[in-house]
Amino acid sequence: MKITKDVVEHVAHLGRLELDPDEVELYTVQVDSILEYMDQLNLLDTEGIEPMSHPMPVVCVLRDDVAKDSFSVDASTQNAPEKKGSFFKVPPIIEID
Amino acid sequence: MGLEVHAHLLTNSKLFCGCSTKFGAEPNSHTCPTCMGLPGALPVLNRKVVDFAIKLGLALHCDINRRSIFARKNYFYPDLPKGYQISQYEEPICENGYLDVFMGDTKKRIRVKRVHMEEDAGKLVHESTIETSSYSMVDYNRSSVPLLEIVSEPDIRTPEEAILYLKILRDVLIYLEICDGNMEEGSFRCDANVSVRRKGEAILGTRAELKNLNSFRSIERSLDYEITRQIELIKKGGEVVQETRLFNVDEGITYSMRGKEEAHDYRYFPEPDLLPLVVDDGWIADVRKTLPELPIEKMERFMNEYGLPKYDVEILSSDKGLAGYFEETVKIFPEPKTVSNWIMTELLRELKDGNVSPKDSPLSPAHLAELLALIKDGTISIKIGKEIFPELCKSGASPKRLVADKGLVQISDETAITSIVEAVIARSPKEVAEFKAGKEKLLGFFVGQVMKEMKGKANPKLLNELLLKRLKD
Repeated sequence: MKITKDVVEHVAHLGRLELDPDEVELYTVQVDSILEYMDQLNLLDTEGIEPMSHPMPVVCVLRDDVAKDSFSVDASTQNAPEKKGSFFKVPPIIEID
Repeated sequence: MGLEVHAHLLTNSKLFCGCSTKFGAEPNSHTCPTCMGLPGALPVLNRKVVDFAIKLGLALHCDINRRSIFARKNYFYPDLPKGYQISQYEEPICENGYLDVFMGDTKKRIRVKRVHMEEDAGKLVHESTIETSSYSMVDYNRSSVPLLEIVSEPDIRTPEEAILYLKILRDVLIYLEICDGNMEEGSFRCDANVSVRRKGEAILGTRAELKNLNSFRSIERSLDYEITRQIELIKKGGEVVQETRLFNVDEGITYSMRGKEEAHDYRYFPEPDLLPLVVDDGWIADVRKTLPELPIEKMERFMNEYGLPKYDVEILSSDKGLAGYFEETVKIFPEPKTVSNWIMTELLRELKDGNVSPKDSPLSPAHLAELLALIKDGTISIKIGKEIFPELCKSGASPKRLVADKGLVQISDETAITSIVEAVIARSPKEVAEFKAGKEKLLGFFVGQVMKEMKGKANPKLLNELLLKRLKD
């Protein structure tokens, strides 16, 4: 096994996914088989080959520093589950000892 | 200690979209699909941010990487609409630099590990305090405003050194005109990594990261507190844990801050929406041409060229406009120390009162030089010079004209002064007797009386001579 239940639970938490115990079991097996499949890549000799962060041999395009009109506050906040004035309203997140 | 500084850049638009970066607008009025992280929106890099990154990199003696890439730093927080921050991780634009600071009279070199570009997060606002509020309000105007993060090596040994480093770094950013350095508005923010080690040990202990440091004062206090906390903890047999701590300004204490996210599991990976950034030699050379003389270079030159003490030089070089003001004045009135004194006391006070920057001073360097020349050639006294200074600063009038219009020209006519001296002596027999009996500090009384009669215009040196001669008869 390349992966354990703990790892699946941890990754699920990072992605804010709620999994029930059956799902954790199932995904542990599935993710494990995916990783094993990907392991075939390790059979290749990559000695001396530059890591590739992007697949295309092109470089970044740039824009000039010109400010343009933004969306209206109404448009920007129209999908907000809750609003307070022009603000988005969200649950608090900090816990302090 | 190692410090991480986040500097807001003086660009018109955000890092990856055309929304304005202006501070203080109505919440969420500077937003668009890109900086709100809506699906399908793509980032396009602002060229000016790259210019600024290169500029700072050169000023900090960094290697400028010809190729750098952007990365996603993943975490959940309501101020981060995409669920990740676009930053630079493995290949930042600048690496391996340094910044020299003056510690007393010696120079100390603080190494700069890296300078990279990244986007700011939005702002959480709370109606009460962050600890007691039952909800947060989010303003995404700041989301994706361009930042440079400047990361030092852990070369800083004391809170005092930390402050010196930060002040010089802030001066550099302002000199380069890439950041306004305003700490209250969050344009210049600092996080500190603090660790301690036992005497003789080579390796530093586990570090704690301090956040929420928004003034030099709170930085110094929180560092003091945190160093003591770690030392006490270790003395008691405890261990420092790697964590983020928040400084509470009112209590002067750092608290452990635990988000719901497991800290430091950012799962960085190359940003697929942005291609590698390539900077060629020509671009770097063009930016190099725009580099001004930096604060520490200016300080050293002012000490050597003008023979000024370090105290003066630190004040004069703390603001590029002020340093320029000084040099222009000295060009016309070549007595550096006199010019420096007048600038540090009179001019700075007036500018501060009027909330004016040196380069916008109504009193021009040429006029200050003119005023100093009037004092030097005896046309007016120093006292008169100081008296008319506020008016000169407000009106921007020519000192020569003001002195003439107000009839302030110093009176050096012996007969004129003598007649007043006689009158004062005639009506002050008691004081004259006391003076003759040895109470010599009464001289001040006589000078004051004569000056009052003459509206402060008597040549003080001549007046002193005449008075003494007369009183000692």
